[in-house]
Amino acid sequence: MDMNAYLSMFIDESNDHLQSLNENLLRLESDPEDLSIVQSIFRSAHTLKGMSATMGYEDLASLTHEMENVLDLVRNSKLKMDSFIFDTLFKGLDALESMVQDIVGGGTGKADVTAIVASLQSIVKGDYKTAGASAGAAAAATGQTSGGAALLDEFQTSVIQQSIDSGHNVYYIEVEIREDCVLKGVRAYMVFDLLGKNGDIVKSEPSVTDLEQEKFDRSFTVFAISTLSQQELETQIAEISEIEKVTVALLDLESLAMLNNAAAKEQAPAAPAAVPAEATAKEEAGKQVGAARSQAAAASSAPAAVSRTIRVDIDRLDALMNLFSELLIDRVRLEQLSSEIRRNDLTETVEHMTRVSSDLQNIVLKLRMVPVDSVFNRFPRMIRDLAKSLDKKIDLVITGADTELDRTVIDEIGDPLVHLLRNSVDHGIETVEERLAAGKPETGTIHLRAYHSGNHVFIEVEEDGRGINRERVLKTAIKNGVVTEEQAKQLSNEDVNMLIFAPGFSTADKISDISGRGVGLDVVKSKITSLGGNVTVDSALGRGTKFAVQLPLTLSIISAMLIKLGSEKYAIPLTSIVETGIIQKDQILNVHGNRMIHFRNAIIPLVSLGKVLDSPDFNEHNESETEIVVIRKGDKWAAVTVDEFIGQSEIVLKTLGKYLTNIEAISGATILGDGQVALIIDPNALIK
Amino acid sequence: MGEELKVIVFSLAHEEYGIEVDKVRTIERLAPITRVPKTPSFIKGVINLRGIVVPVIDLRGRFGLTESATTENSRIIVVAVNEMEVGFIVDSANDVVDIDADTIDSPPEIVGGIKAKYLRGIAKFGDNRLLIMLNLSEVLNKNEIIQLEQLEV
Repeated sequence: MDMNAYLSMFIDESNDHLQSLNENLLRLESDPEDLSIVQSIFRSAHTLKGMSATMGYEDLASLTHEMENVLDLVRNSKLKMDSFIFDTLFKGLDALESMVQDIVGGGTGKADVTAIVASLQSIVKGDYKTAGASAGAAAAATGQTSGGAALLDEFQTSVIQQSIDSGHNVYYIEVEIREDCVLKGVRAYMVFDLLGKNGDIVKSEPSVTDLEQEKFDRSFTVFAISTLSQQELETQIAEISEIEKVTVALLDLESLAMLNNAAAKEQAPAAPAAVPAEATAKEEAGKQVGAARSQAAAASSAPAAVSRTIRVDIDRLDALMNLFSELLIDRVRLEQLSSEIRRNDLTETVEHMTRVSSDLQNIVLKLRMVPVDSVFNRFPRMIRDLAKSLDKKIDLVITGADTELDRTVIDEIGDPLVHLLRNSVDHGIETVEERLAAGKPETGTIHLRAYHSGNHVFIEVEEDGRGINRERVLKTAIKNGVVTEEQAKQLSNEDVNMLIFAPGFSTADKISDISGRGVGLDVVKSKITSLGGNVTVDSALGRGTKFAVQLPLTLSIISAMLIKLGSEKYAIPLTSIVETGIIQKDQILNVHGNRMIHFRNAIIPLVSLGKVLDSPDFNEHNESETEIVVIRKGDKWAAVTVDEFIGQSEIVLKTLGKYLTNIEAISGATILGDGQVALIIDPNALIK
Repeated sequence: MGEELKVIVFSLAHEEYGIEVDKVRTIERLAPITRVPKTPSFIKGVINLRGIVVPVIDLRGRFGLTESATTENSRIIVVAVNEMEVGFIVDSANDVVDIDADTIDSPPEIVGGIKAKYLRGIAKFGDNRLLIMLNLSEVLNKNEIIQLEQLEV
């Protein structure tokens, strides 16, 4: 089989699984009791293991296998999560990620993971807390790897001991399935079902999941607590079809100890043991079987939960989009023709086509949009690790992760955001002591927000840290030669804040490996500028800093007001419009030769769009009253005179191409329903 | 015998010009052009080319020839050079010919009033027909446009 054909699929899916592992581990860290999260982590790890083993990436498979062992104990409530386990699992994930990256880069995916594997194994053995490993646990570990007899860990041993103590029958059952059996998994399930009805299953080897997925040879072993007698159990199991052989052995404390210590499979006669029942033993055993069952259910429903997506080359989407625009033009022509011909059946067909094509339009336009979540989802993990390494306490609050951005922008903003977040963690948020001393809660908060505002998407990184220190910024800026002392005195607070984006600037007193090399923020700024966006910073000393990144929605839909200027049509983005209105000629005031009007208790400048755009066939002086559009840029307002309003419309942003760049007052173009190109006015250029 | 070139032949002010076929995206009839303000006068505006907004320049204007009204034969030749797509308005586009790269001579100083740097050379073909081969990257040189703009101001 040619593996290369599957490689890209493997890489895509591995990345998906790694991401979901990451997310779920984080969720679990905040809610360690939720076993359903462990289930999904386990499933992801399990799939990853299977995939990498199939593709022949042994290191990847073996590391996942060790992680799976730990998770298996956790989901069966045999192991409590603690920070050591979390850290080890996260380390394992990082190693997996770098191996997958290696494969992406054409490598073999090999890596030295012995250290992580060792700590994972010590977790499985349970001796990472206590130095001395108990004989039983060690035996359990070797038992698992050798794949021979089913042996028990400490917890299972104690459950069985308590059950025996409380007078229950505990059996060690070996089942062998016939060689020609087709559905081994089903037979195994039937055995489990039988045991489950009459008692509880403590442990099986191989594990329940493996059995369900037929990942065993012909035989399996089970430790079970049952109400049935030895004979009854043996005959009932043997009655299940296609079972070759079944051996049921009653366990007592002595044989249990023997099993654990010597890994012996000796059968021993029953010994009376009558100690008052401990309710907890039964309860815990019950819980465990419950967990095993829900896990079986989850396993069977897992395939349905896989998200149904396909990956499409973005060029094909562009092609689709352009073809669709063609269709749109023909549609408008058809509409015109049908209104001229006036035949009912033609009109109806054209109307139906119009409806279908507008639905199609919506879908086509949305295809390129990707929720910003695909960038944000890696940040919680990053913040957690950074905070840990810096010994700070930080909450990351993400809002607006469903905000959609064009795919090309999404691909580019990841790195700048990482820089900003790292900067916030390192320079923004104070240490726990400093925060307490400043009377703040010890946990710092970083807000990561995304929201739409007209034809822009804003992404904000805001923290409640120490804020930007004007004096220190100026001192560094002067020292590094970014500004002179003379200039420094005249700078406003905003100007000083923007200095941190200057190349070669860093206020960090000591250089850390997180940020502070002085290369971060100017890179952020140039990257965002190259995307056609803008970054601003707003800060209050002692209260925190807010970085706002403004990004354009390239090739996206915006709402705009279409206006006419003589024979020409233009679009004004609705977000910049405050309101529209009509003014009489005599309401126009002249102030120092500039035309102004009264508007809502303020005097605002009046800009003639016809003059700005050199309109060839519109002269507003011929009109006694003029339509105006009031636009704003920040807190500045202006009124723009136009000829006529056409109406509000959703338009598709297009660039004017590389030949026409930086055209004054024009930010782009759009194609109207009739196939004509209309230019989009940049309102910011109209306000000086 | 040198390399064979396939060339689109178009006419402009009674002269025949050539552009290599692989640089031509498409040839269109005149479509409604949207004027773009604040641009040199030879930039006629933009058209919608199957969903892509493409600037259109009048080659007569670009070469300083007198601009004339468009006719039934006028065409827009859309070329793709240096990642730019630009349409040229020409008087007519009527032929595709094969020429031998060796027959392209370096251009004389003045041809039909067009500066030599816009030309790649002159090719002879057929019955003593002359074909002026354009140097597209010079024709679309933006620095020069900026100079032109400054001249106009």
